[in-house]
Amino acid sequence: MKNIFKNLFSKKNLSRTISFLMVTLAYILIEVMMNTVGMSRLFKSLLVPTCCYIILALSLNLVVGISGELSLGHAGFMAIGAFTAVIVSGLTLTTVTNDILRLIISVAAGSIVAGIFGFIISVPVLKLSGDYLAIVTLAFGQIIKSLITNIYLGIDSKGLQMSFVTNTLNLEGGKMLLSGPMGATDTAKISNFTSGFVMILITLFVIYSMINSKYGRAIMSARDNRIAAESIGISITRTKTLAFVVSSILAGMAGALYALNYSTLQPAKFDFNTSILALVYVVFGGLGNINGTIISTTILYILPELLRSLQDYRMLIYAIVLIVVMQLTNSAKVKNYLEKLNKKFFRKGAAE
Amino acid sequence: MTFLTYLISGLALGSVYAIIALGYTMVYGIAKMLNFAHGDIIMAGGYVAFYAFSKFGLPSYLCIILSIAVSTIIGVIIERLAYKPLRQASSLSVLITAIGVSYFLQNAAQLMFGSDTKIFPAMLTEGSLKMFNGQLTISYLTIITIVTCIIIMVGLTAFINKTKIGKAMRACAEDKGAAQLMGINVDTTISVTFAIGSGLAAIAAVLLCSTYPSLSPTLGSMPGIKAFTAAVFGGIGSIPGALLGGMLLGVIENLTKAYISTQLSDAIVFTVLIIVLLIKPTGLLGKKENVKV
Repeated sequence: MKNIFKNLFSKKNLSRTISFLMVTLAYILIEVMMNTVGMSRLFKSLLVPTCCYIILALSLNLVVGISGELSLGHAGFMAIGAFTAVIVSGLTLTTVTNDILRLIISVAAGSIVAGIFGFIISVPVLKLSGDYLAIVTLAFGQIIKSLITNIYLGIDSKGLQMSFVTNTLNLEGGKMLLSGPMGATDTAKISNFTSGFVMILITLFVIYSMINSKYGRAIMSARDNRIAAESIGISITRTKTLAFVVSSILAGMAGALYALNYSTLQPAKFDFNTSILALVYVVFGGLGNINGTIISTTILYILPELLRSLQDYRMLIYAIVLIVVMQLTNSAKVKNYLEKLNKKFFRKGAAE
Repeated sequence: MTFLTYLISGLALGSVYAIIALGYTMVYGIAKMLNFAHGDIIMAGGYVAFYAFSKFGLPSYLCIILSIAVSTIIGVIIERLAYKPLRQASSLSVLITAIGVSYFLQNAAQLMFGSDTKIFPAMLTEGSLKMFNGQLTISYLTIITIVTCIIIMVGLTAFINKTKIGKAMRACAEDKGAAQLMGINVDTTISVTFAIGSGLAAIAAVLLCSTYPSLSPTLGSMPGIKAFTAAVFGGIGSIPGALLGGMLLGVIENLTKAYISTQLSDAIVFTVLIIVLLIKPTGLLGKKENVKV
C-alpha cells in the first residue's frame, strides 16, 4: 500500500496523479454543489462546454506542446467529430433507445472519423515544417468548415439522402440531419456533465500513457532535436503522425461531446477563432504542461462569462489580460522575482 | 468577354490582397513573427477614412493621408508596447500577444464605433470605362486599385534595394545579431517595417472598402487570413512573392466564384494553397533554407 502511494507521488508520476485528483475533486465538488446549494443556470450551462474545451486544449497540447508543431486548424477536427456524432445519433435515434449507449456510439464514431481525417491530413501536413505547416492546418480547418457548411443531409423512408451546395432534398416525412449553413437542428441532447468528466479522464489516460511510453519519448525527442532523433533511428514522420492522429481523435471526441449538448449547432461555430482560442488555452497553461492546460482552459473559458456584467468591456478586458500575461511571463524581472519566491518557500523541499 | 471582366476584377481583388500581404511578409521577414493584428489595422484605417470623409467632410486625398498616418501610428505603438518586450520570447508567446492585440483592436472599435455595419462612401471615384462597344466594362476603381498596387510594388522594391534604411532592413532579415554589430539599429529598423506595413494596410483598407462598401469591426479578419495565405503562397518573406501570391489568390477566388460556386470559393482557394505547398514547400518564390547540423 505504502509502495503504491510512493509510486503515485514519485517524481515521474506526480503530474499524472495531480491531474486525475484535480479533475475528480472538481467533479465531486460541482456535483455536490449542484445537489445541495444549487447552481445558477448560466454556470450549469458552462459545465459541458468547459469539459469540451479542456479535451480540445489537451489534444492540441499533444500537437503543439509535446510534438512541437503549430496547428491552427484544430476546430476542423472538432467540427468533424461534432457533425459525425450528430448524424450517427440521429440515425440511431430509433434503433438504440438507451441514451448512454447512443452517446457512446456517437462519440466513438465522431472520434474515429476525426482520426481518419487526421491521418489523411497528416500525410501532406507533416511533409512541411514551421509556419508552412501551420498555414496548411489553417487551410484544412477552413476547407472542412466550408465543406460542412454546404452539406445537406436528410433521412426519410427511402433512407439517407444527401445533396451538396444547394438543398435539393425532397424528404417524405423523415427529417433533416444537416442543413447547410444552419448545421444540425433538433439534435437529441444526450451528453451531460458526467459524460464530460468521464471523457476528460479518458483523454488524460490516453495522453499520459502516450507520454510515458516509448512512443511519447520518441515524439519528444523528435521535437527537441529532429536530426539527433533521426540519427538514432527514430522515424520522425511516424512519430509525428501518431501524435497528430491521436490528437485529432481526441479533438473529434471533444466535438462530439459538444454537439450532443446542444439541440442546434452551426458549422460556423468551428471557425478559425475556435482554433485560436484552443491555442491560447494551451500557451497560457504552458506548452506540454497538462495540468496547466486544464487550469488555464477552465479559467479562460469561464472568465468572459463571469465578466458578463461588464457587457461590452468584457472582450476588451480579455484581450488586455492576454497581452499582459504574455508580457509578464516573458519578462526577465518577473522571472527573477518568481525564482526568488520559489527559493524562499521551497528551499527546505529542495534540500531533502 | 465575361471571362476578361472576371479576370480583371480578380486582379483588383488580388492587388488588395497583395498590398496587405506585403505587411505580413515584411514583418515576417524581419521580425520573424506572424502579426495577426495586421488585419485589424486595415479595419482601423477603414474607420479613420470613413469618419474623415463622411463626418468631417475632408477631401478624399486628405482622408487617405490621415488614414495612413493614423494606421502607421497605431502600428508603431503596437510594436513598441506589445511586441518589442517579447523580442527574445518564444514565437508562440508573440503569436498569442498578436492575437490579444487583434481582439483588443476589434473590441475597441466595437466600443467606439458600434457593431453595426456602416456603408463606406464612394470617396475615390465612380463610373467605369467601357471598351469594345460596351462589351467590356471596367470600373475606374478597379484600374486605380491595380495601378496603386503596381506603384507600391515598384516603390517598395526601390526603397528596399536603394535606400540606406532598406539595406538595414535586408541586413536585419538576414541576421539580426550581425546587423547590430555593423551598427544598425535593429529596433528602429523593425519599427520602420511595422510603420510601412501599417501604412500599406490603410491604403488597402480604402481600396477594399471602396470595392466592398461595408465597414464593421471584424472587417479585417477574413482579408487578413486571405492575405496571410497569399504571403505564404508566394513564399513568406519575399516581396515579389507577396505580389504573385496575392494576384493568384484574387484571380482564383474570383474565377471560382464566377464559374464554380460562391459558397465553395474558400474551400477551393485553400485547396489550391495546399497543393502548391506540397509541390513547393516554401511557397512559389520562397527560398529553401538548408538546416546544418
